[in-house]
Amino acid sequence: MAFHLTQGTFSFLPPLTDDEIRMQVQYCLDNDWPINVEFTDDPHPRNSYWEMWGLPMFDVMDPAAILYEINQCRKAYPNYYIRVGAYDRRKGRQTLAISFIVNRPPHDPGFALSRQEAHDRTIRYTLHSYATDKPEGERFTD
Amino acid sequence: MIPMDELSKDLAHGSVGAIVCPYPAGASQSKESGSIVDPVLDCPDEVSADISAVLHESQVMEVLQKLDEELVGLTSVKTRIREIAALLVVDRMRRSLALTARPPSLHMSFTGGPGTGKTTVAMRMATILHRLGYVRKGHLVAVTRDDLVGQYIGHTAPKTKEVLKRAMGGVLFIDEAYYLYRQENERDYGQEAIEILLQVMENQREDLVVILAGYKDRMETFFQSNPGVSSRVAHHLDFPDYLLNELLAIAQLMLAEQMYRFSPEALKAFEAYLKRHMHMPRFSNARSVRNAIDRARLRQANRLVAKGGRISKTDLMTIEAEDILVSRIFTEYVPDDEQQSDRS
Repeated sequence: MAFHLTQGTFSFLPPLTDDEIRMQVQYCLDNDWPINVEFTDDPHPRNSYWEMWGLPMFDVMDPAAILYEINQCRKAYPNYYIRVGAYDRRKGRQTLAISFIVNRPPHDPGFALSRQEAHDRTIRYTLHSYATDKPEGERFTD
Repeated sequence: MIPMDELSKDLAHGSVGAIVCPYPAGASQSKESGSIVDPVLDCPDEVSADISAVLHESQVMEVLQKLDEELVGLTSVKTRIREIAALLVVDRMRRSLALTARPPSLHMSFTGGPGTGKTTVAMRMATILHRLGYVRKGHLVAVTRDDLVGQYIGHTAPKTKEVLKRAMGGVLFIDEAYYLYRQENERDYGQEAIEILLQVMENQREDLVVILAGYKDRMETFFQSNPGVSSRVAHHLDFPDYLLNELLAIAQLMLAEQMYRFSPEALKAFEAYLKRHMHMPRFSNARSVRNAIDRARLRQANRLVAKGGRISKTDLMTIEAEDILVSRIFTEYVPDDEQQSDRS
C-alpha cells in the first residue's frame, strides 16, 4: 500500500475533493476562524512550522477566495504538502482550531524507522522521511 | 423533481454557500461535455414549476418593493433591476427542471451624477442577487482606486487580489472607476489592477459581481480606452439627475425617517432653496438635500435653545421656514429669471 501521510484533521480519509475543501472552509468561516495556507516538503510530524503562503486571510467572507489561494499555492508548489489552518481567536481558545491537508505530492516514499543504540542496550527509535535525503526544493520530484 | 423547499430553506438561513452551491464549479461544463441532451425531448410538457412560489420563497418581491418605496424616481434603473431579477428567477426555475444555462454575466456599470443613488442601489443589488442565489453571501465591498492600486512595482497585484478575495461571494463596488486608468501616464499601476480585475471578472463570474460606478462622461472615456472592460460589463445603468419634485420627495422621506417634518411655509422655502441650489455647479442631488436638512436641523436646534422655556413635541419635530431661509444660497446666488425680474 502506498504511503499516505496522516497529519491533521481528515487525514485518515481519502484526499478531500475541492468541493469538500470548500465546505470545510465554509465551516471555518462560519465559526469566524481566520484561515491560512501553509506548505512544506519536510513532512516530519515534529516539523510544526510550515512555510506560509501569503498572510492569514482575515476579511474573507467566502470560501471561493480561500480556494483561489489554495490553487495558486498548488500551482507554485505542486510537489509539496499544502495544508489549511484555521485559527480560533476567542479568548480562552486562541489556538489552531482545525488543520487539514489539501495537497499531497504525487509520490511520497514515506518514513524510515531508525534505531539508535543508547546506554545499557537501550534502543531509541526515531522517524526519518526518505524525501528529506534530498535537499530542500528537490524532494518529491520523481 | 423540484427541491424548491430545501433551496428556499437554505436561502432563508443564508447557508446556501457550501451546501447548495448555485453554480458549482465545472458543473455546467461536465453536463455539456457529455452526450447532447435535447431538453425538449428530455423534459415532458407536464413538468412545471410555480413561478409565484419561487418569487415568494426568495422574498425578492419584498426587496423590489422596498426599492420602489425608498428610492424616488430612477424609473429606468428600477426597470432594469426588475428585468435582472426576473431573469434570475426564470433561471432558477429552469435549473429546477434541469434546463441548464450558463450563469448570466451580471457585471454592471452605474453612471450618473453625484448623489443619484448609485451606492444605495448597489447595496440593494447585493441583497437581490443574494436572495436569488446568484451570489452566496450578498455583502457589498465598496472600494476606490486607493484600495486597488499600489504605490510601487509589485504592490498592486497583491492589493487588488486582497480586495477581490474580500468581495468574493458578494458584490465589489468600485466607485469612480475611471481613476483606475490614467491616460497621461502609461506606467501607471492602474492598468495592472484593471488586468487582474478583468481576469477575475471573466473566470470567476459565479464568485463575485463587479459594479463600476462613476460620472457619465468620464466613465465613457474610461470604457473607450479599455474596451476589455466595456465588453465584460453586460449592464450599463444610467442614473439621471433628480427633478425638483423628486428632490422634494426625497427630502420628505429623509425627514420622516428622522422623525422631523417641514411646516407648510418651510416646505415652500425648501422648494425655493432647491430651485436655486439645483443649478449651482457643485449640487450633488440627494446628498446635497441631506446636507441641507442637516444644516436646517442645526438651525432649528439653535432657534429652540435661543427661545428657551417650555418646548412642545411639535416644536421639536418641526422645521420652520426661517431655519431654511437663512441659508447662504438665498443671499449669495440669485437665479437668472429673478435677476431679470429685479431689473425690470
